Amino acid sequence: MNSRSTVSNLEAKTTRACFSPASALDFVPRRELQQLQLSRLQAVVALSYENVALFRARMLERGLMPEDIQSLQDIAKLPFTVKTDLRDTYPFGLFAVPMKDVVRLHASSGTTGKPIVVAYTKADLDVWTSVVSRSFSACGLHEGDIVQVAYGYGLFTGGLGAHYGAEKLGAAVVPSSVGNTDRQIMLMSDFGTTAICCTPTYFLHMMERAGAMGVDVRKLSLRAGIFGAEPWTEGMRQHIQQHSNIKAFDIYGLSEIIGPGIGMECVCQNGLHIFEDHFYPEIVDPETGELMPEGEEGELVLTTLSKQAMPLLRYRTRDITAFYTEACECGRTIRRIRRIGQRCDDMLIIRGINVFPSQVESVLLAVEGTLPHYQIILTREHGLDQMEVQVEVTPELFSDTVGGLEAMERTLAHAMERVLQVKVRITLVEPRTIQRSEGKAKRVIDRRQS
Amino acid sequence: MKITQLSVFVENAPGHVLAPCRVLANAGVNLRALSLADTKTFGILRMIVSDWRQGAKALEEAGFLVKATEVLAVEVPDRPAGLSQVLAALHGSSVNIEYMYAFPFGRGGKATLIFRFDKPDVAIANLQAAGISLISHSELE
Repeated sequence: MNSRSTVSNLEAKTTRACFSPASALDFVPRRELQQLQLSRLQAVVALSYENVALFRARMLERGLMPEDIQSLQDIAKLPFTVKTDLRDTYPFGLFAVPMKDVVRLHASSGTTGKPIVVAYTKADLDVWTSVVSRSFSACGLHEGDIVQVAYGYGLFTGGLGAHYGAEKLGAAVVPSSVGNTDRQIMLMSDFGTTAICCTPTYFLHMMERAGAMGVDVRKLSLRAGIFGAEPWTEGMRQHIQQHSNIKAFDIYGLSEIIGPGIGMECVCQNGLHIFEDHFYPEIVDPETGELMPEGEEGELVLTTLSKQAMPLLRYRTRDITAFYTEACECGRTIRRIRRIGQRCDDMLIIRGINVFPSQVESVLLAVEGTLPHYQIILTREHGLDQMEVQVEVTPELFSDTVGGLEAMERTLAHAMERVLQVKVRITLVEPRTIQRSEGKAKRVIDRRQS
Repeated sequence: MKITQLSVFVENAPGHVLAPCRVLANAGVNLRALSLADTKTFGILRMIVSDWRQGAKALEEAGFLVKATEVLAVEVPDRPAGLSQVLAALHGSSVNIEYMYAFPFGRGGKATLIFRFDKPDVAIANLQAAGISLISHSELE
């Protein structure tokens, strides 16, 4: 395909930044926003103190009363909440309202033991729907768009969260849920879907499958992808945009706080705006819990400002990010965080060295023309950690000579070692042999325990 | 002059050579020559087939990674010094052999050598000057 025509197509299909009433709350002057945040913070602390035993006990330990929250800075006096608090109080221990006020329950996929349960009142659902609707609006979607929601519908918050947000915006929702990729592509093609919501990995899988079916993704009406539920890189965005002729946007959320819609990229694609009127963000040192200086990297901590059924105070997300210090070109007054490439929980410790799967991905992308599927396999031989990265050979990577393929293995291995500071064995594997997931990609297989 | 060879990426594990051969068999594509280059973890299965376009299509549809490469098929008498005669014709030229394999082709006491050269056109000129015949695609069908 002629590269010039591709670029102009992309431009033509991109929605220009324009003000939509759905986004009005993103542009509130900061002073007003802070007043709103403070009054909501005071209310949510009082609600938590009065109705949640764990929060009351922790505040009493510190000699803290709800009245002690006099300014937004006073939030730092509050104790943190962590994921294990949700497990320890399973299923309903952190609810702040009686069950008669709860209208929805979701649960996380618990990989070990019990899942994490989250609850919503009617008002909570309205808040959730509004922030997802603002998310879609921020990336240029509006009435008339056809939004295919290929996140799982069910206990996972992704499907239903995106669904109601898109509906509120006035878009036509295609609730295709996850799976049955051939049918997804058929719907996308026949219905003229203009936006898709799914994990970025699943979209890559769709692109691959569409190619095999003889469907040219570039020629579909699709113009935006709203991708989330797993960390992904800028390189992966470029790859998706170049090969599918859509704009790929990052949406941020976690079930504990509300689901998708905590933060979203605007059309500038330069950081995620946090819907600060409902979620108060702080960035702390993951080790000490101290606030980081503005603009420095740390762990994102969120406080739900308006949630009733299950408010969370200073929840440790385990996501590593930083605030942008300058204002966004789009004019939104709500602050931006850097896209999340790593979670504290993703960190692998290999021979004592910290390694993130996102580093492996960035190396694969840096090696020209490749965005292969990959998997990290950790084993222990003679008491030493071994790291293997299995890489599916792509047409770009495939050389007809053994020397060419071995050179590729060496290039990748050397590049990985330079970035990771760990010895890596690269194994080239046949196309489509690494298992595709329809939800979050399983990037790491750790066999060191067995 | 040049003929097209299909190369398929295969993992070095039991059953991985069988699968692409089966695909070709089901597509009614005949294998004329085959070689397997292997390393500890992967291999390249190189094949000369009766209809390379059909073969490539069938393999790709089955999910294999296929590369079509141009090679030269050289016919030599099936007797001592058959190969050295070909190599002698190239001696002194700058042509390098990237890989080669041989098979008896059943054409009246002749053997066929498949060569991948770094400079195929120079090789063709040298071989023809030495009176060595090259096999064309039509002769493989």
